[in-house]
Amino acid sequence: MRELDLVIIGGGPAGLSAAKIAAESGLNSLIIERDYKVGGQLVKQTHMFFGSEKQYAKTRGIDIAKILVNDVLAYPDKVEIMTETTVVGLYKDNVLTLLQKEKYIKIKAKAIIIATGASEKFLAFENNDLPGIYGAGAVQTLMNVHGVLPSEEVVMVGSGNIGLIVSYQLIQAGVKVKAVLEAAPTIGGYKVHASKLKRLGVDILTSTSVKRAEGKDTLEKIIIAKLDKNWDYIPGTEEEIIVDALCISVGLSPLTSLLSMVEADMKFVNYLGGLVPVINHQHETSIKNIFVAGDVCGVEEASSAIVEGYFSGLIVAERLGYKHPNHEELYQDFEAQLENLRSGPFGEKTRLGLKELRGENNAE
Amino acid sequence: MNKKDIIICRCEDVSLEDLHNCLEEGYTTFEDIKRILRIGMGPCQGNTCGLLAQREIAKYLKLPLSQVKVHKVRPLITGVKLKAIVENNKNES
Repeated sequence: MRELDLVIIGGGPAGLSAAKIAAESGLNSLIIERDYKVGGQLVKQTHMFFGSEKQYAKTRGIDIAKILVNDVLAYPDKVEIMTETTVVGLYKDNVLTLLQKEKYIKIKAKAIIIATGASEKFLAFENNDLPGIYGAGAVQTLMNVHGVLPSEEVVMVGSGNIGLIVSYQLIQAGVKVKAVLEAAPTIGGYKVHASKLKRLGVDILTSTSVKRAEGKDTLEKIIIAKLDKNWDYIPGTEEEIIVDALCISVGLSPLTSLLSMVEADMKFVNYLGGLVPVINHQHETSIKNIFVAGDVCGVEEASSAIVEGYFSGLIVAERLGYKHPNHEELYQDFEAQLENLRSGPFGEKTRLGLKELRGENNAE
Repeated sequence: MNKKDIIICRCEDVSLEDLHNCLEEGYTTFEDIKRILRIGMGPCQGNTCGLLAQREIAKYLKLPLSQVKVHKVRPLITGVKLKAIVENNKNES
């Protein structure tokens, strides 16, 4: 069995950033990526990012992916990348089993950084299995990675940033966005994204959700209805929309399957997207030498995933005896960057979520 | 509302009606329901259905979502051919 120093599970912004800092410190790592290329969800994000310059604000997601990939390719002797490879098992003695296409491989690592990201949440409504009903992320992949349009028209469910941005990109691609539905009484995402859609004549209907889908073989129309304060449909408010695709964008939940396998302590924190690992200040889970970075420990933006990646790479390098020459300085810098990203009104959910995770408040 | 047409688990084709029947019979933990209805045992391993099922259990038991435990994920996370495992063992020994 091959024995490695650091294995990073997931080649998205968090995983790539962790590998970069580890390499800078002199620590070898292996990145394992399920997809055929690394870059994570950034590879389909054609829009420019907000934040500060340190996390590549005003740069398009696809270009940030290129920067992060080039950062690790600069260390060919230090960073190994395995693509089209899924970690199918994780065990408490730090053994990992991998499936690389048809090949089953066992490896062992001194330390592991789990950077598996998050997956799209789904909704329960009548006929929710009709073809034509997609996750918003899936539609973004179809359009921006594979150049395939999902439909001629679409209704988006969810007005968080993903829902708003994907709606705009659908319009750019020539799809008619008939409406954006939002179950909450207010729009979830940034005002700047919502305003762009409104200027193009797209209605964003708040306190409204999809009640039923209809169609013979594929989606033909949806029935929407208003919601009351308890999130129940208000009788008599039903309306019909003819549409051949419905996009669901109702949030993400952390991909914690591997952490469940090793029985790491976890806690359900709604603010962070659902079940998340309990971690110490150094991003280490309750299982020694298993660390986490990115959306897997709380759904945020790619910018936070990048900094969490750097941070965990720095910590693991030190743990394994490869202290970065600028360790103290970088440690403080990454901490400050994360704090800065989580300040302001849109960082509130993360701030409350982290407090709840650490048992510092008694919310919900 | 036709509960038969609301799909909770796409991988194993489990409807809201199936889930409610199971709860009515007294099986109210995710692990029990997993064994009876196979929720969480398909290709997505509970990534899609997990939260939906958790919500229904919480509603039925009148508990906050955070108090409803989800299932424990076990290796292997996707299908692996026995042949591939045998090949790996041959190489190791």
